[in-house]
Amino acid sequence: MTPLFDGLAAFCRGRDSRQFSIEEATRDYLSRIEREDPELGAFLSTNSNAVNRARQLDNRMARNPAPSPFYGYPVAIKDNLHVAGLPTTCASRMLANFRPLENATVVERLLQSGAIVLGKTNMDEFAMGSSTENSAMGVTRNPWDLRRVPGGSSGGSAVAVAADLAPMALGSDTGGSIRQPAAFCGVLGLKPTYGRISRYGLVAFSSSLDQIGPFARRAEDALQMMLLLSGPDGRDMTVASRDPAEMERDFRADVRGKVIGLPEEFFGDGLDPDVRASLDRAREVLSGEGAVFRPIRLPSAQYGINVYYLIATSEAASNLSRYDGVRYGYRSLKSKNIRDMYTHTRQEGFGPEVKRRILLGTFALSAGYQDQYYRKAQQVQSLIREEFDRAFHEVDMIFAPTTPTPPFLFGEKVSDPLAMYLSDIYTISANLAGLPALSAPSWPTPSGLPVGVQLIGPAWSEGRLLRSAAILEEAVGIRRPSVGTTRGGEAA
Amino acid sequence: MQLTREQVTHVARLASLSLTPEEEVHFAGELSHILDYVESLNRLKLPPPGLNVGDGEQGPTPLRDDTPRPSTPVDLALTNAPDHSGQFFRVPRILEEGR
Repeated sequence: MTPLFDGLAAFCRGRDSRQFSIEEATRDYLSRIEREDPELGAFLSTNSNAVNRARQLDNRMARNPAPSPFYGYPVAIKDNLHVAGLPTTCASRMLANFRPLENATVVERLLQSGAIVLGKTNMDEFAMGSSTENSAMGVTRNPWDLRRVPGGSSGGSAVAVAADLAPMALGSDTGGSIRQPAAFCGVLGLKPTYGRISRYGLVAFSSSLDQIGPFARRAEDALQMMLLLSGPDGRDMTVASRDPAEMERDFRADVRGKVIGLPEEFFGDGLDPDVRASLDRAREVLSGEGAVFRPIRLPSAQYGINVYYLIATSEAASNLSRYDGVRYGYRSLKSKNIRDMYTHTRQEGFGPEVKRRILLGTFALSAGYQDQYYRKAQQVQSLIREEFDRAFHEVDMIFAPTTPTPPFLFGEKVSDPLAMYLSDIYTISANLAGLPALSAPSWPTPSGLPVGVQLIGPAWSEGRLLRSAAILEEAVGIRRPSVGTTRGGEAA
Repeated sequence: MQLTREQVTHVARLASLSLTPEEEVHFAGELSHILDYVESLNRLKLPPPGLNVGDGEQGPTPLRDDTPRPSTPVDLALTNAPDHSGQFFRVPRILEEGR
């Protein structure tokens, strides 16, 4: 059963011509969630107020035209972003009953423009993971093959968009947590430049790397969402005062003559042959539009994983020290004194991956080891940034795989943390360098599994990246998994 | 880098985490394995220390106006508290009896 509308522009047309009401559009998505999500597990909670809000928006629109493209538009939100009135669990036992008092800035901007939150999506606990298997709240399945993981950490948001349980969703990306699940689920996912979007109301994991970004089917929709969410809010002082409109200008510019770098380090032996073949086809599409490909070197990028698992864990160890069972969140009832309360609360409240990272980060920062681990990681981070800087003197963007393989099976990597970490090998360096990067759907493998093309650009070049994604989208076509149509949900 | 169980216990104490004996053994092995991997950084020739933050094109980071605004009302701030009494968060005893 196809959705009522496909894409933001179609939504606006249908809404403004009264082809459907906002209430009908909202109910359509809620009933899809009700029908499909027991199997997929994308959502952790749904918004019981969504239909009411839709009705109010319909009433207001009876008197005045819709003031924004997002007026009445349903969206799904990753469960580490605050939506007042809904829980923020971070898929952790630690925050199972936490209810935020206010909205994240990105949520506030969506609501101000009239968007409707459908619900909150599953994720790896505290955004730590690459398969959503680290959720304390349950499994999320890949709609293209239910035996496979959706990627992570924003697995629920990727699945919601891939399976048409929401037309768009928000996620967060610290080392690939938007791009990797986008690639695994066959949708577009964008990690903006560090400093483009306020993280106020995003539960902090690694503050020097975290960014919020959209999942969409269409590059044009992702652009519109970026225009809405970007720019300073006075509550996250890392947001730069750049004009978001530059993204729109860049999006309208031609790809002809643009130079695209192919880093040989990203096309080595570890790359799955089916992924490679799909990327070759995608490259021909961009060449056909007049882009010029040129080989480049990013020799330090291969150390991105090493750097990431020292810097991100160090910051996480610090950020997660706030979960002490005093002011909010879980509290262990086992203890009689305060010291035991802290340690038992954290022992019982955190899952194994979170503990692993807190331990690793605490160790990397501990006396006697700081220089050997944390400082060294910072130095290599500088090296990676410099290499990208140099590369962008020669090329306008970089073309690479998003992931080394198509989506893997449940349990395949869960007992080997290092193998799991390596599934982010191609995405991590953009976070370390603070650069914008997206994953756009390429042609699926012969067995029908999604493949993502990653485009990495210089700071503030989101519009340029989205332009190329739009070209790929036209060539590859919008592809949908057959979930629901093969399981008796077929009605159209 | 081979982490001993004692080192894991020490780090866990620094991180205010209590671990079961099984977890201590398990994490000692796993963390050693991860540290071995990340140590390949030592093979790189490195520039002098000091992180180069920003790309120079970032533009000024704006400062927010220092305007007072109302803080979260106490009753609201307590809604997520695991335990509270009146206007306060309630926690187990901090000072030992008799001190």
